[in-house]
Amino acid sequence: MQMILHLLKKALILLISLWCVVTGTFFLMHAIPGDPFIGDRVIPQEVLDSLYAFYGLDEPLWVQYLNYLKGIFRGELGPSIVYQGRTVNEFIAEGFPVSAQLGLQALLLAIPVGILLGTWAAQKRSQWQDNCAMIISTMGVSVPNFVLSSILQFCFCVKLHLLPVARWGSFDHTILPTLALAALPIAFIARLTRSNMVEVLQQDYIRTASAKGLPLFRISLRHGLRNALLPVITYLGPVATQILTGSFMIEKIFAIPGLGQWMIHSINGRDYPMIMGLTIFFSSFLMISMFAVDLLYSLLDPRIRFSKERMANG
Amino acid sequence: MDKPVGYLEDAWARLRSNRAALFALYSLGFLFFMAIFGPLFSPYSYSEIHLELKNMAPCAKYWFGSDELGRDLFTRVWWGARISLFIGITAATIDVIIGILWGSTAAFCGGKVDEAMMRICDVLYAIPYLLLVILLTVIRGTGIVTILIAMTLTGWINMARIVRGQILQLKQNDYITAARAIGASPLRILFRHLIPNALGPIIAAMTLTIPTAIFTEAFLSFLGLGIQAPAASWGVMVNDGLSAMRYYPWRLFFPAAMITLTMLSFNLLGNALRDALDPRLRR
Repeated sequence: MQMILHLLKKALILLISLWCVVTGTFFLMHAIPGDPFIGDRVIPQEVLDSLYAFYGLDEPLWVQYLNYLKGIFRGELGPSIVYQGRTVNEFIAEGFPVSAQLGLQALLLAIPVGILLGTWAAQKRSQWQDNCAMIISTMGVSVPNFVLSSILQFCFCVKLHLLPVARWGSFDHTILPTLALAALPIAFIARLTRSNMVEVLQQDYIRTASAKGLPLFRISLRHGLRNALLPVITYLGPVATQILTGSFMIEKIFAIPGLGQWMIHSINGRDYPMIMGLTIFFSSFLMISMFAVDLLYSLLDPRIRFSKERMANG
Repeated sequence: MDKPVGYLEDAWARLRSNRAALFALYSLGFLFFMAIFGPLFSPYSYSEIHLELKNMAPCAKYWFGSDELGRDLFTRVWWGARISLFIGITAATIDVIIGILWGSTAAFCGGKVDEAMMRICDVLYAIPYLLLVILLTVIRGTGIVTILIAMTLTGWINMARIVRGQILQLKQNDYITAARAIGASPLRILFRHLIPNALGPIIAAMTLTIPTAIFTEAFLSFLGLGIQAPAASWGVMVNDGLSAMRYYPWRLFFPAAMITLTMLSFNLLGNALRDALDPRLRR
């Protein structure tokens, strides 16, 4: 019961946040002075009127707002103004799979590598291996991903000619972007895993295991990691954010036709409906993933489960 | 008998014994010094154009080389340092001020006020920070003020949570009850007893906010949403340097190295401060 209430509360907060994003985006975008259609060209008034009518811009602001909300409930994010005849949904359908593939590859690389690095560091605590791993991790947090990707491009493409510099197509094209995108999550996961592992390794059951004579490696893996892994789920929320923001730059640098690239195009072209639609899409995607992570965590953590049962009994 | 060691002395001693923290302190000292005085060492201004001397490699005339308009990279890099350090520190300071006010009010009032204030935080916190920043720069136009507003709009939340947590914990202490018993006003208790004791984690968190702010500025400038030409921001310079990477790598190297060094130093210092100021680790 307690747990359901807790989840309901979280879901409510999620809904309010989503509404804030949609409303804030809508009104901010409409507060921009100027007109989306009047650029360098002179447009006759009749044409402007019909353009306004076509995009629904002749209605009062609150009617436009309600229409936009209705559209979002149906999953329609409206037309693009710069690319005429195309909708934001089409761009998402086109760009999202590319970004998602890149993001997933980075995630699949970052989680195991980060966990291994963190576990290793915790096991060799305060020895040179630990210092080494933590230096790597601090570097990973400190080197901005656009710097890292330039370094990677410089080494592997310009100097060694091993991999393609940019563009999208074969698996080779994905190697460098994936590496560049995964660096920050790896550093982040390694650091957190290390501190969790250090804490877990001080527990009594670890001492028992080592008193039984189990080798340290086995203890770390069998007893330590199992307990240190659970919090990794909670990292997934921030990691999703890191990967998403990272993708903006990585896609720009490597000329990858993903959604981040479209976001940058629409910002530079001042394609307001598109910026609005993509902001809402990205925000909802992130917020819902965070919520899912929360949900997963409360389902998996025995402490939360047990406290729920205790409350139900008591 | 041993001289009693104060909290700050103890923290300082622990900070000094940490080699990474020492490195961070020295390199930050260097960066601050060069940000203030660096441009004075060079005869050029950051926007001075010499088209006949473009894309020069680092040499006696141009210590860090010159860019595609013949501007001196040495001067530009340290101008960039001014912008980055200014933005990082200002944003972190604003975050801390709002965070302390919000967090301590919530913790001190408690009850329904606390609940409401923290729920507002939850709602705002869920909004992705960078998207908000992008949205705001698109709308308000680019510039340092916009960047600062955008960064602090949700940046203070983390600080407010830390302050609230600290104060809730400290409120339980006997000396607070004692202070209340002798009739100290709530505001006095807050500013004399609670906030000074919560400063350790606040300072550590603040130090770790600075690299995030510097990164955000570089990110925005890199995307073309931040500081505009001819001003020299590290993000702009990296973006320019990227296109010339193949033939003039120094144009990428110097700004990129400086961003990295700055972020690394603040991260190292922040981590060390967090350890040094944590009273639980005190011997």
